[in-house]
Order: sequence, then C-alpha cells, then structure tokens
Amino acid sequence: MKRVQFEHSPIPYLFVAPQLLIIAIFFLWPAGQAVYQSFLLEDAFGLSSQFVWFRNYADTIFNDSWLQAAWFTAIFSTLVTLLSLGLALLLAVKANEVIRGASTYKTLLMWAYAIAPPVAGLMGNLMFNPLIGDMYHFMNSFGYDFDHKLHEVDAGFVVILISVWKQVSVNFIFFLSGLQGIPKSVTEAATMDCKSPTRRFWTITFPLLAPTTFFLMVTNITYAFFETFGIIDTTTQGAPGGATTTLVYKVFQDGFRGADIGGSSAQSVVLMLVVLVLTVIQFRFIERKVHY
Amino acid sequence: MAEVELKGVRKVYPNGAEAIRGVDMQITDGELVVFVGPSGCGKSTLLRMVAGLETITEGEISIGGRVINDVSPSDRDVAMVFQNYALYPHMTVRGNMSYGLKNRKIPKDEITRIVEETAKMLRIDDYLDRQPNELSGGQRQRVAMGRAIVRNPKVFLFDEPLSNLDAKLRVQMRIEIKRLQRRMNVTSIYVTHDQTEAMTLADRLAVINEGRVEQMGAPMELYTNPRTLFVASFIGAPQMNLIPVRFDGTDLGDGVSRFSGFSDLPMDTDLVLGVRPDILSIMEDGQLDFRVDLVEQHGGENLIYGTIVGSDQGAAHGLEICLKANQQMLPKVEDTLQLGFDPAKAFVFRKDTGERLV
Repeated sequence: MKRVQFEHSPIPYLFVAPQLLIIAIFFLWPAGQAVYQSFLLEDAFGLSSQFVWFRNYADTIFNDSWLQAAWFTAIFSTLVTLLSLGLALLLAVKANEVIRGASTYKTLLMWAYAIAPPVAGLMGNLMFNPLIGDMYHFMNSFGYDFDHKLHEVDAGFVVILISVWKQVSVNFIFFLSGLQGIPKSVTEAATMDCKSPTRRFWTITFPLLAPTTFFLMVTNITYAFFETFGIIDTTTQGAPGGATTTLVYKVFQDGFRGADIGGSSAQSVVLMLVVLVLTVIQFRFIERKVHY
Repeated sequence: MAEVELKGVRKVYPNGAEAIRGVDMQITDGELVVFVGPSGCGKSTLLRMVAGLETITEGEISIGGRVINDVSPSDRDVAMVFQNYALYPHMTVRGNMSYGLKNRKIPKDEITRIVEETAKMLRIDDYLDRQPNELSGGQRQRVAMGRAIVRNPKVFLFDEPLSNLDAKLRVQMRIEIKRLQRRMNVTSIYVTHDQTEAMTLADRLAVINEGRVEQMGAPMELYTNPRTLFVASFIGAPQMNLIPVRFDGTDLGDGVSRFSGFSDLPMDTDLVLGVRPDILSIMEDGQLDFRVDLVEQHGGENLIYGTIVGSDQGAAHGLEICLKANQQMLPKVEDTLQLGFDPAKAFVFRKDTGERLV
C-alpha cells in the first residue's frame, strides 16, 4: 500500500491548540500557581514572601478547623450524593411508568436543572428565613426547636436539602434516558421470568443502569465537593461555628477573607489530591462492577 | 402439555384503536400454530395477549382449562422467544437461562442440571460462561430458546424469532425449531410475516387480517382451498395472479381476454379471477396474450414476469402476471406468449367482499 501521511504537517496541532491553550491558561497555570504559593508564607498585602517548605501543609492538616471541615465534607458529599441519586432514581422509575401527561411531568421534574447553585441557595435562604420562611415555620410546627443559625445539625440539614434539591433534576434526566435505553423486550422477558417487580428492578433494571449510576456518582461527588460552594455561601456561610464549612468553602474563607494565601493554597493542593484519590478509587473498584 | 383456547378475544386500546376484533380459536395439545399476516394485522398483539404482555379487553384466554386473563405473565406457564432475543445483557448465558428458575425457588443443583442438559441439547454448552454480546446471532437465538425451554412451559410463544438472522441461518433454525417442537411436543404459537416460514412450520396456520382470523387450517388446505381473496393472495410464493373480470353469463372477461369454463356466477358484479403462477402454462390456443418483461432464473425453475397485452389501455400500467415454468423455458424480453390454464384449478372471488365463489 502507498503511504499517504502528512508527517510533519502542523495542522493537527493547530486544531488542538485552542483546547490546549484553555487547559494551560485556566487549569495548569493556576494549579501551578497554587502549588508554588503553598510553599510561601506571605503577608496580608502581598508585599513580602518567604519560602517555608511544608509549613503551610503542616499547619493546615494538623488544624482542628480543617479536620472539622474535612469531616463535614465527607458526611455532606456522601449524603448529597446518595440522596440525590436515590431520589432521582425513584422519580425516574416512576416517571418512566407514567403514560398520560408524561412529558409535562418530566419537564416539571427537570426544571430545577436551569437554576444556578447560588440562586438555589438564595431561594433556600428565603424559605428558611426565621421571619418569612415557610420551611422554617413548617419545621418548627412539629414542636421541634428548629434553628439553622444555632444548631449544627439543622444548618447541615438546610445545605444538604438545598444541594440535593438542586441536583436531583440533573440526575433525573440521566436516569430517565438510561431507563429509556433499556430495550422494552428485555423488560418484558423479565416480566415473564420474575413475578416480583422489586426483585425485577434490582436484578435487571438496576444492573443495566449501572453505567449511568457510575457516571452520575462521579459527577455528583464532584458537585458536592465544589459546586455547592454557591449554596453554602448564600445560606449558612459555613456557620454556625464552621459546622457547614466544606473544604472548598474553607479554602475561600482562609484565602480571601483571612488573606492567608499560602495556607489556602496548601489546602487546595490537598483537596486536589483528595479528589484525585477518590476518582482513582471510583474507577478502580466500582467501575469494574459496571457492565457497559 | 396443554390446549389453548381463545373465546371472543378483543383488544381495544385506550385511544379507541381496535387491534383484535373478536378471535375464537382452539389449539390442541402439542400443536404448532402459526399466526401469519401483514404487519399491523394484530398477530403479535394476539400473541402478547396470550403471554400476558397486553391486557385482554374482552373475551377469555385459557391454557389447559384455566382462564388466564388475570394471571400474571410469570404464572401463566408460558415461555416466549422474542424477535431481538431480549437476552439480559449483564448476565452470562448460564445466568440468562437460570434467571427464571432462580425466581421460582428451584434448588441450585437442580437448576445447574437442567441448564446444562438444555445447553447440550441446543449445542451451546461451550458458551455457558460467556456474555450475550460475545455470541453470534444464531447462538443468541439458541440461548433465547434455551431460556424458554428450561422453564418447561405448557406453551411456547415465538414472536418472529428468525427475522433477525441471515437467510441461510434462518432456514437452518427453522428446521431446528420444528424438530425441537416435535421432540418436546409442547403446544406452540409462532408469529411470522414470512409465509415460507409459516407454511413449513405450521401444523395449522391462522391467517390474520385487520384483527380477525381470515382462515385457519392446515397449510396445504389454505393453499388449495382459500376461503377469501386475502388468504389466496397472502399464501403462496410467488403471489397468485389476480385478474379483475366480469361474468357475462357464459364466460369471464376482462375486456381483453375471455375465459371459458365457468358457470353460475353473479352477473354485473366485479369479480377477481385468481390463477396461481404454477397452473399457468404456455399453449398454442391460450386465452391470455402475454408480453414478457423479465425472466428470473431460480435454478430449478424460471419465473417469467410480464403484462397482459392490451390491458394497459386506459390504465397507467398493464396487468402484471407471473408464470412459473421449467428451466428450459427461456423466452426473450418483449416476446409475446399465449398462456392458458385449467379453469378447474382457478379461483373466482367477489371483489367487494373478498368471498370466494369458485
């Protein structure tokens, strides 16, 4: 065969250049900056700096408020991921069974997707406002002294509720399209093989949704880690007493409010490593059980 | 082992569309009945009603004397083979075959024994631990059949099981299904739109049209003695030649040719003369002037297509006719031949009702 190769043509590189440029400018450069900054001790005005090796890291990791934030992040992201996946799956399964008015129903369920996290946070903030918030009064109407400004658990409940509500719609869309991708005849064959709908769901439908579930799990954990920033900032701002401070929110607080650039950079580097490890674990141990 | 009975079965969808318009049928124990008809005629719907995948609007379906209208699909003692196999993609062949048994709480070693026995019978025992996507179409089809067989059902339901296979494999599997059904002697219902499949497989054939059974009987009976124009035109390949005619008291005429040998037919009514390609023959004093358009050589025989001379006057296309001839008969295109047939072997139908008169 005749060799037709454009061996030294620069064209392919030109085509990928914009993407590479974006990655370099918006990811590699800031990430490199963060790593560099994390080794520096700087005064609040950025006038002088000193190279301090790993002191920022040591200060960060062996710090009660960081450990508290890490613990809250773990609980928060686990609950947000599990709840938003579970609720979305339940809604998708039910919506998939609806025949009349199906599209209206689906559209309504997808609506929350169009709302930005800070807006969702603001809405939540209004709903839990002690003066005019319906949710606030509703929670108190059971005789329980609900106050998210005072009680840590209540504050956690508010941010988790809003974060889950915001995320359910995205998950719903993916689960629904996943369900619709299951061939009808396979479901029918299962109907003839297995009488119990619950058992059918866990033995046929759920395993066939595994690729969707895995994908959503990865994106939802990322969402809980990073994107919920907007929700926390517009509702509790990490209060009371740092009880609802996630790792990302703490990076922001220490860096921009506390003007501790070095410490906040060290935290973001650690956070990056945590997410990296989590992603590796997910792909290593969970993806293996996924049948595409 | 069971007989299947359908009594006044109707299916009306919520939007008012009537899919099945009253079907009565009795299928005896061990019989293989084929539902055949054009697409959209309701044959699959009827099968799915027996399976329990569609509700029954009216009437009764019973299997082995038990009315199953309100019995869930998994309790009906039926097993179905789907057109696209419908295997569970995340399970191995073994998993696919044992899934139904596991749900019925059959002991594990018993399941293993049944699955392995069946797999051996179907010659898929080498693939038991493979996933469906590692198998060829024919192998998947066998697995789908195996999954049905292991359940030891009272009735087998086949929904166009061979239409996804290539032509050669289709013939092979057709023979195999027939053999298997004979050997296991299980009542079976088989849906197809392929009339060769229908003719060769069926003990009895039910020709379905617009939600009704047009005629039911042994394949040869339907071929030699069709009750309606629809059955006559649907059964037999190549299709029966249909010539619109009228009766003038002595002969049938289509305005160009006249056909004698018919009597006692209604006058002033549009009739259709049905002549199968194999009873047409070339003869000196034939009544039909025929111009050759195309000759298909099938090896053993030739199919000669053409039009009746003069039939294109006043019409856009001439009346097309097909004739089956032996392989030596090789006329040239544009040749004109004289065709004739034995009137005793021809059929006459009313055009409006489709009812057969002769």
